[in-house]
Amino acid sequence: MSKPLIGVILGAVLGFIDGLTAWFTPAVRDQLGGIVIGSTLKGIIAGIAIGFFAKKFHSLPIGIVFGLLVGAFLAWLVAFMQGGYYFEIILPGTLVGLIVGFATQKYGKTPAAAQ
Amino acid sequence: MKWLSDDKLSYLRTVVTNPDFSSTKYAFIKELARGGMGTVYLAEDRELNRLVAIKVLNTPDITEDLRNRMVREAQIIARLEHPGIVPVHDVGTLPDGRVFYAMKFVRGSRLDEYAAVNDSIRDRLRKFQAVCDAVAFAHAHGVIHRDLKPQNIMIGSFGEVLVLDWGVAKILATDGTDESGSIRLHPCDPWLTDTSAGTVIGTRDYMSPEQARGEIDQLDERADVYSLGAVLHFLLKDQPKPGKAAEAICSKAMANAKEDRYSSASELSADIGRLLDADPVSAYQENAIEKASRWVSKNRFLVLLVLAYLLMRIFFVFTSRP
Repeated sequence: MSKPLIGVILGAVLGFIDGLTAWFTPAVRDQLGGIVIGSTLKGIIAGIAIGFFAKKFHSLPIGIVFGLLVGAFLAWLVAFMQGGYYFEIILPGTLVGLIVGFATQKYGKTPAAAQ
Repeated sequence: MKWLSDDKLSYLRTVVTNPDFSSTKYAFIKELARGGMGTVYLAEDRELNRLVAIKVLNTPDITEDLRNRMVREAQIIARLEHPGIVPVHDVGTLPDGRVFYAMKFVRGSRLDEYAAVNDSIRDRLRKFQAVCDAVAFAHAHGVIHRDLKPQNIMIGSFGEVLVLDWGVAKILATDGTDESGSIRLHPCDPWLTDTSAGTVIGTRDYMSPEQARGEIDQLDERADVYSLGAVLHFLLKDQPKPGKAAEAICSKAMANAKEDRYSSASELSADIGRLLDADPVSAYQENAIEKASRWVSKNRFLVLLVLAYLLMRIFFVFTSRP
């Protein structure tokens, strides 16, 4: 599986799960649909960015750091737009970025160089 | 009459026993190892100013067959140019008529000595895979070793693996040049006098059943695969938990019927590679639990990350409740 594809799939799955956990917060339960869609989209965007970065740079530590930064930045944007829950949103978002960064570098296939 | 001192006697004994390299470019240093057919000496190549290992036939009154065998061994090794096969530099005859050949002097230890001080199973398997690759290369060139054992495998100072002692090797290839353009050995070459049927050659603990029965005509690559399996067994026997997959590889390589073994050393090497990469091996059908546990152990870091993420999520669920 290519690195961008792994990034997209993993970003979407983790983003979806991340959004679903909002169900446990009664205050936002009625907005669950929007949160899940937003969170999934955020995961996909992070996955695309991290996946293409991994395609360009073949380094596990750099991939992890980049994933962490992208995840943190996107999560901060969400928290900023929402105007609260910074810690609760940024920390999981950062970890999702870290996981995607690791997985794309570790499991993504790099196309063979042209002969 | 004056008696000779022990030192002088010992010196005279050495002079008489050791080969006379005076007519060659080599200078004798010391004896390294003694085998059934020949002895290996450490010598110095005076022209190139380097150390070499020289194998010399044990008996001066050699028969034509023994001489041919020795030359044959040198030619077999010389044609097998592979990093895992010790290269031959020179072949010649001593003043007493004994054939010798000079080869690279490998600094390091034999596989059995190496295993005695290195108990890492991964390290041993990597070395074993390198042995399989060297043997697979020989098979691809139509040569089977027939005496693979830990004592015939050297681990160099930098971790390089070398297969030694091709003295009883058998030529399988028929003719001509293989696909890679390398020369294949021809079984009709005059120096390729083969062992006759019924003769048992090799080392008992490491030889295949067909080899032990002296079925020389039945021997093919799978006889070496059996010996490789026995070498693997030797490397695994002191491991507390070698793992079912490793044991299955060993059992398949050492199957009594050659049809049940790996068909080639490269197939065995591929399975060892899969074992090292924590991928499923062809010799062992794992159940769902084993499959899952192998996946988890292979992807330990990812599993830890996901677990950390889930734990954090659970933590937030319970701490953010009003």
